[in-house]
Amino acid sequence: MDPSAKSFWAGVGAEFPLLIGVFPFGLIYGALALDAGLSAAAAQSMSSILFAGSAQLIAARLVGESAPGFVIVLTIAVVNLRHMLYSASVAPYVASLPARWKTLLAYLLTDEAYAATIVHYEKAGVTPTGHWFFFGAGLALWTTWQVSSALGIFFGTLLPASWPIDFAVPLTFIAMVMPVLKDKPALAAALTAGAVALLANGLPFKLGLILAAAVGIVTGAVLESRR
Amino acid sequence: MNIWLVMLLGGALTFGMRLSFIYLFGRFSIPEALKRGLRFVPPAVLSALIAPALFLPDGALDLSPANFRLLAGAAAILVAWRTKNTLVTILSGMAALLVLMWAAGLV
Repeated sequence: MDPSAKSFWAGVGAEFPLLIGVFPFGLIYGALALDAGLSAAAAQSMSSILFAGSAQLIAARLVGESAPGFVIVLTIAVVNLRHMLYSASVAPYVASLPARWKTLLAYLLTDEAYAATIVHYEKAGVTPTGHWFFFGAGLALWTTWQVSSALGIFFGTLLPASWPIDFAVPLTFIAMVMPVLKDKPALAAALTAGAVALLANGLPFKLGLILAAAVGIVTGAVLESRR
Repeated sequence: MNIWLVMLLGGALTFGMRLSFIYLFGRFSIPEALKRGLRFVPPAVLSALIAPALFLPDGALDLSPANFRLLAGAAAILVAWRTKNTLVTILSGMAALLVLMWAAGLV
Protein backbone atom coordinates (compact mmCIF):
# COMPACT_ATOMS: atom_id res chain seq x y z
CA MET A 1 0.00 0.00 0.00
CA ASP A 2 1.07 3.57 -0.69
CA PRO A 3 2.66 5.05 2.50
CA SER A 4 0.13 7.92 2.61
CA ALA A 5 -2.81 5.51 2.43
CA LYS A 6 -1.19 3.28 5.05
CA SER A 7 -0.78 6.24 7.39
CA PHE A 8 -4.37 7.36 6.74
CA TRP A 9 -5.79 3.95 7.66
CA ALA A 10 -3.55 3.73 10.72
CA GLY A 11 -5.14 7.03 11.83
CA VAL A 12 -8.63 5.65 11.24
CA GLY A 13 -7.70 2.54 13.24
CA ALA A 14 -6.27 4.55 16.14
CA GLU A 15 -9.45 6.63 16.24
CA PHE A 16 -11.76 3.62 16.26
CA PRO A 17 -11.92 2.93 20.04
CA LEU A 18 -12.76 6.62 20.60
CA LEU A 19 -15.61 6.41 18.08
CA ILE A 20 -17.41 3.92 20.30
CA GLY A 21 -17.77 6.69 22.88
CA VAL A 22 -18.53 9.40 20.31
CA PHE A 23 -21.38 7.59 18.59
CA PRO A 24 -23.87 7.60 21.52
CA PHE A 25 -22.79 11.17 22.29
CA GLY A 26 -23.87 12.18 18.77
CA LEU A 27 -27.21 10.40 19.22
CA ILE A 28 -27.79 12.32 22.46
CA TYR A 29 -26.84 15.60 20.80
CA GLY A 30 -29.22 15.06 17.89
CA ALA A 31 -32.14 14.12 20.12
CA LEU A 32 -31.52 17.00 22.52
CA ALA A 33 -31.06 19.65 19.86
CA LEU A 34 -34.55 18.94 18.54
CA ASP A 35 -35.88 18.76 22.09
CA ALA A 36 -34.40 22.25 22.72
CA GLY A 37 -36.30 23.63 19.75
CA LEU A 38 -33.70 23.65 16.97
CA SER A 39 -34.87 22.69 13.50
CA ALA A 40 -33.49 19.44 12.06
CA ALA A 41 -31.52 21.49 9.49
CA ALA A 42 -29.98 23.75 12.15
CA ALA A 43 -29.19 20.80 14.43
CA GLN A 44 -27.43 18.90 11.64
CA SER A 45 -25.59 21.97 10.32
CA MET A 46 -24.24 22.74 13.78
CA SER A 47 -22.44 19.35 13.69
CA SER A 48 -20.31 20.52 10.75
CA ILE A 49 -20.17 24.31 11.42
CA LEU A 50 -19.20 24.03 15.10
CA PHE A 51 -18.06 20.39 15.04
CA ALA A 52 -17.48 20.31 18.81
CA GLY A 53 -19.61 17.92 20.87
CA SER A 54 -19.74 19.52 24.28
CA ALA A 55 -20.07 23.05 22.86
CA GLN A 56 -22.96 21.84 20.67
CA LEU A 57 -24.76 20.28 23.63
CA ILE A 58 -24.32 23.45 25.65
CA ALA A 59 -25.40 25.69 22.75
CA ALA A 60 -28.51 23.57 22.20
CA ARG A 61 -29.33 23.75 25.88
CA LEU A 62 -28.88 27.55 25.95
CA VAL A 63 -31.09 27.90 22.85
CA GLY A 64 -33.73 25.85 24.71
CA GLU A 65 -33.49 28.23 27.66
CA SER A 66 -33.79 31.26 25.33
CA ALA A 67 -30.38 32.68 26.29
CA PRO A 68 -29.35 35.66 24.14
CA GLY A 69 -27.09 35.03 21.15
CA PHE A 70 -24.04 36.85 22.49
CA VAL A 71 -24.07 34.69 25.62
CA ILE A 72 -24.27 31.52 23.52
CA VAL A 73 -21.36 32.65 21.31
CA LEU A 74 -19.29 33.66 24.35
CA THR A 75 -20.02 30.35 26.07
CA ILE A 76 -19.03 28.39 22.94
CA ALA A 77 -15.75 30.35 22.88
CA VAL A 78 -15.00 29.62 26.57
CA VAL A 79 -15.90 25.95 26.24
CA ASN A 80 -13.68 25.60 23.17
CA LEU A 81 -10.69 27.52 24.59
CA ARG A 82 -8.94 24.22 25.21
CA HIS A 83 -8.53 23.79 21.45
CA MET A 84 -5.85 26.49 21.55
CA LEU A 85 -3.86 24.17 23.76
CA TYR A 86 -4.25 21.33 21.23
CA SER A 87 -3.28 23.74 18.46
CA ALA A 88 -0.09 24.70 20.31
CA SER A 89 0.63 21.05 20.99
CA VAL A 90 0.38 19.79 17.38
CA ALA A 91 1.86 22.94 15.80
CA PRO A 92 5.50 21.76 15.68
CA TYR A 93 4.46 18.55 13.88
CA VAL A 94 2.50 20.28 11.11
CA ALA A 95 4.78 23.32 10.76
CA SER A 96 6.18 22.36 7.34
CA LEU A 97 2.80 21.57 5.72
CA PRO A 98 1.21 23.87 3.12
CA ALA A 99 -1.52 26.25 4.30
CA ARG A 100 -4.38 24.16 2.86
CA TRP A 101 -3.31 21.15 4.94
CA LYS A 102 -2.97 23.30 8.06
CA THR A 103 -6.47 24.70 7.47
CA LEU A 104 -8.00 21.26 6.92
CA LEU A 105 -6.29 19.71 9.95
CA ALA A 106 -7.21 22.68 12.16
CA TYR A 107 -10.87 22.17 11.22
CA LEU A 108 -10.59 18.50 12.23
CA LEU A 109 -8.77 19.23 15.53
CA THR A 110 -11.28 17.93 18.09
CA ASP A 111 -10.63 16.38 21.52
CA GLU A 112 -10.74 12.86 20.14
CA ALA A 113 -8.71 13.49 16.97
CA TYR A 114 -6.11 15.30 19.06
CA ALA A 115 -5.93 12.42 21.56
CA ALA A 116 -5.23 9.81 18.87
CA THR A 117 -2.91 12.02 16.79
CA ILE A 118 -0.68 13.38 19.55
CA VAL A 119 0.05 9.84 20.75
CA HIS A 120 1.16 8.98 17.22
CA TYR A 121 3.25 12.15 16.81
CA GLU A 122 4.99 11.70 20.15
CA LYS A 123 5.93 8.15 19.21
CA ALA A 124 6.80 8.66 15.53
CA GLY A 125 7.96 12.29 15.49
CA VAL A 126 7.73 14.32 12.28
CA THR A 127 7.39 11.93 9.31
CA PRO A 128 6.56 12.59 5.62
CA THR A 129 3.11 10.93 6.03
CA GLY A 130 2.21 11.97 9.60
CA HIS A 131 -0.44 14.42 8.37
CA TRP A 132 -2.29 11.54 6.68
CA PHE A 133 -2.58 9.85 10.08
CA PHE A 134 -4.02 13.06 11.54
CA PHE A 135 -6.39 13.35 8.56
CA GLY A 136 -7.51 9.71 8.93
CA ALA A 137 -8.25 10.11 12.64
CA GLY A 138 -10.01 13.45 12.09
CA LEU A 139 -12.10 12.30 9.14
CA ALA A 140 -13.17 9.09 10.91
CA LEU A 141 -14.41 11.20 13.80
CA TRP A 142 -16.08 13.76 11.51
CA THR A 143 -17.99 11.07 9.63
CA THR A 144 -19.09 9.32 12.82
CA TRP A 145 -20.24 12.62 14.30
CA GLN A 146 -22.33 13.57 11.25
CA VAL A 147 -23.97 10.12 11.04
CA SER A 148 -24.68 9.82 14.78
CA SER A 149 -26.11 13.39 14.98
CA ALA A 150 -28.39 12.58 12.03
CA LEU A 151 -29.58 9.35 13.68
CA GLY A 152 -30.19 11.24 16.94
CA ILE A 153 -32.21 13.89 15.11
CA PHE A 154 -34.22 11.19 13.35
CA PHE A 155 -34.83 8.77 16.25
CA GLY A 156 -34.87 11.28 19.10
CA THR A 157 -38.44 12.21 18.26
CA LEU A 158 -39.51 8.60 18.85
CA LEU A 159 -38.70 8.70 22.58
CA PRO A 160 -41.64 9.21 24.98
CA ALA A 161 -42.01 12.87 26.00
CA SER A 162 -42.03 12.03 29.73
CA TRP A 163 -38.50 10.56 29.50
CA PRO A 164 -35.91 12.90 30.99
CA ILE A 165 -33.49 12.70 28.04
CA ASP A 166 -32.10 16.17 28.85
CA PHE A 167 -30.48 14.55 31.91
CA ALA A 168 -28.03 12.88 29.51
CA VAL A 169 -26.27 16.27 29.20
CA PRO A 170 -25.09 16.68 32.83
CA LEU A 171 -24.35 12.94 32.88
CA THR A 172 -22.09 13.34 29.85
CA PHE A 173 -20.34 16.24 31.57
CA ILE A 174 -19.90 14.17 34.75
CA ALA A 175 -18.21 11.45 32.69
CA MET A 176 -15.96 14.07 31.08
CA VAL A 177 -15.02 15.96 34.25
CA MET A 178 -14.03 13.08 36.55
CA PRO A 179 -10.86 12.09 34.66
CA VAL A 180 -9.54 15.69 34.66
CA LEU A 181 -9.84 16.06 38.46
CA LYS A 182 -6.33 14.69 38.86
CA ASP A 183 -4.93 17.08 41.46
CA LYS A 184 -5.95 19.64 44.08
CA PRO A 185 -5.90 22.75 41.82
CA ALA A 186 -8.16 21.00 39.28
CA LEU A 187 -10.51 19.84 42.04
CA ALA A 188 -10.57 23.36 43.52
CA ALA A 189 -11.34 24.83 40.07
CA ALA A 190 -14.26 22.41 39.73
CA LEU A 191 -15.68 22.98 43.23
CA THR A 192 -15.46 26.78 43.12
CA ALA A 193 -16.94 26.91 39.62
CA GLY A 194 -19.80 24.64 40.74
CA ALA A 195 -20.50 26.73 43.84
CA VAL A 196 -20.41 30.04 41.94
CA ALA A 197 -22.70 28.57 39.28
CA LEU A 198 -25.27 27.82 41.99
CA LEU A 199 -24.96 31.26 43.63
CA ALA A 200 -24.98 33.16 40.32
CA ASN A 201 -27.77 31.15 38.72
CA GLY A 202 -30.14 34.11 38.96
CA LEU A 203 -27.94 36.42 36.87
CA PRO A 204 -29.49 37.58 33.60
CA PHE A 205 -28.50 36.17 30.19
CA LYS A 206 -27.11 32.98 31.77
CA LEU A 207 -23.97 35.00 32.57
CA GLY A 208 -23.58 32.94 35.76
CA LEU A 209 -22.01 30.16 33.71
CA ILE A 210 -19.26 32.41 32.35
CA LEU A 211 -18.66 34.02 35.76
CA ALA A 212 -18.44 30.59 37.41
CA ALA A 213 -16.02 29.30 34.77
CA ALA A 214 -13.81 32.40 35.17
CA VAL A 215 -13.70 32.09 38.99
CA GLY A 216 -12.90 28.37 38.72
CA ILE A 217 -10.10 28.89 36.17
CA VAL A 218 -8.50 31.68 38.22
CA THR A 219 -8.76 29.64 41.45
CA GLY A 220 -7.05 26.66 39.83
CA ALA A 221 -4.29 28.79 38.27
CA VAL A 222 -3.61 30.70 41.50
CA LEU A 223 -3.45 27.50 43.58
CA GLU A 224 -1.10 25.91 41.09
CA SER A 225 1.26 28.88 40.96
CA ARG A 226 1.56 28.73 44.76
CA ARG A 227 2.73 25.14 44.76
CA MET B 1 -29.63 36.82 17.54
CA ASN B 2 -30.51 34.36 14.81
CA ILE B 3 -29.48 30.75 15.52
CA TRP B 4 -27.62 30.53 12.19
CA LEU B 5 -25.61 33.65 13.02
CA VAL B 6 -24.81 32.21 16.47
CA MET B 7 -23.57 29.00 14.84
CA LEU B 8 -21.47 30.86 12.26
CA LEU B 9 -19.86 33.13 14.86
CA GLY B 10 -19.31 30.26 17.31
CA GLY B 11 -17.94 28.10 14.49
CA ALA B 12 -15.60 30.83 13.26
CA LEU B 13 -14.27 31.39 16.79
CA THR B 14 -13.79 27.66 17.33
CA PHE B 15 -11.98 27.24 14.01
CA GLY B 16 -9.83 30.29 14.80
CA MET B 17 -8.79 28.78 18.12
CA ARG B 18 -8.01 25.43 16.48
CA LEU B 19 -5.92 27.14 13.82
CA SER B 20 -4.30 29.70 16.18
CA PHE B 21 -0.99 28.13 17.14
CA ILE B 22 -0.77 25.90 14.08
CA TYR B 23 -0.78 29.10 12.05
CA LEU B 24 1.40 31.14 14.42
CA PHE B 25 4.02 28.46 15.05
CA GLY B 26 7.49 29.92 15.06
CA ARG B 27 6.20 33.47 15.17
CA PHE B 28 4.72 33.44 18.66
CA SER B 29 4.81 31.07 21.61
CA ILE B 30 1.97 30.36 24.01
CA PRO B 31 2.33 32.56 27.14
CA GLU B 32 2.97 30.60 30.36
CA ALA B 33 0.06 32.19 32.22
CA LEU B 34 -2.39 31.27 29.44
CA LYS B 35 -1.08 27.71 29.37
CA ARG B 36 -1.59 27.43 33.13
CA GLY B 37 -5.12 28.76 32.87
CA LEU B 38 -6.21 26.59 29.93
CA ARG B 39 -5.74 23.40 31.92
CA PHE B 40 -8.52 24.52 34.26
CA VAL B 41 -11.06 25.31 31.56
CA PRO B 42 -12.56 21.79 31.36
CA PRO B 43 -13.01 21.20 35.13
CA ALA B 44 -14.38 24.74 35.67
CA VAL B 45 -16.78 24.88 32.72
CA LEU B 46 -18.07 21.34 33.15
CA SER B 47 -18.67 21.74 36.89
CA ALA B 48 -20.44 25.05 36.31
CA LEU B 49 -22.82 23.16 34.03
CA ILE B 50 -23.24 20.10 36.23
CA ALA B 51 -23.96 21.83 39.58
CA PRO B 52 -27.16 23.70 38.56
CA ALA B 53 -28.49 20.62 36.70
CA LEU B 54 -28.22 18.55 39.89
CA PHE B 55 -28.90 21.04 42.69
CA LEU B 56 -31.39 23.39 41.02
CA PRO B 57 -33.61 21.04 38.99
CA ASP B 58 -36.51 23.51 38.94
CA GLY B 59 -34.49 26.70 39.35
CA ALA B 60 -34.42 26.60 43.18
CA LEU B 61 -32.04 24.80 45.53
CA ASP B 62 -33.42 21.35 46.29
CA LEU B 63 -31.45 19.17 48.72
CA SER B 64 -34.39 16.90 49.57
CA PRO B 65 -34.51 13.16 48.77
CA ALA B 66 -37.27 14.03 46.29
CA ASN B 67 -34.61 15.64 44.08
CA PHE B 68 -34.09 12.55 41.94
CA ARG B 69 -31.62 14.33 39.65
CA LEU B 70 -29.27 14.96 42.57
CA LEU B 71 -29.48 11.32 43.68
CA ALA B 72 -29.01 9.93 40.16
CA GLY B 73 -26.20 12.44 39.52
CA ALA B 74 -24.41 11.36 42.72
CA ALA B 75 -24.67 7.74 41.57
CA ALA B 76 -23.25 8.73 38.17
CA ILE B 77 -20.33 10.58 39.81
CA LEU B 78 -19.51 7.41 41.75
CA VAL B 79 -19.72 5.29 38.59
CA ALA B 80 -17.62 7.77 36.59
CA TRP B 81 -14.98 7.81 39.32
CA ARG B 82 -14.80 4.01 39.54
CA THR B 83 -15.13 3.06 35.86
CA LYS B 84 -13.83 6.15 33.96
CA ASN B 85 -16.19 4.99 31.21
CA THR B 86 -18.38 7.60 29.51
CA LEU B 87 -21.07 5.29 28.20
CA VAL B 88 -21.40 3.28 31.42
CA THR B 89 -21.69 6.57 33.37
CA ILE B 90 -24.44 7.98 31.15
CA LEU B 91 -26.39 4.71 31.09
CA SER B 92 -26.21 4.12 34.86
CA GLY B 93 -27.15 7.72 35.70
CA MET B 94 -30.06 7.60 33.29
CA ALA B 95 -31.16 4.20 34.62
CA ALA B 96 -31.01 5.51 38.20
CA LEU B 97 -33.18 8.52 37.33
CA LEU B 98 -35.71 6.43 35.39
CA VAL B 99 -36.00 3.88 38.23
CA LEU B 100 -36.55 6.67 40.81
CA MET B 101 -39.13 8.37 38.58
CA TRP B 102 -40.84 5.07 37.84
CA ALA B 103 -41.00 4.20 41.56
CA ALA B 104 -42.62 7.59 42.18
CA GLY B 105 -45.07 7.01 39.34
CA LEU B 106 -43.72 9.88 37.22
CA VAL B 107 -42.88 7.98 34.08
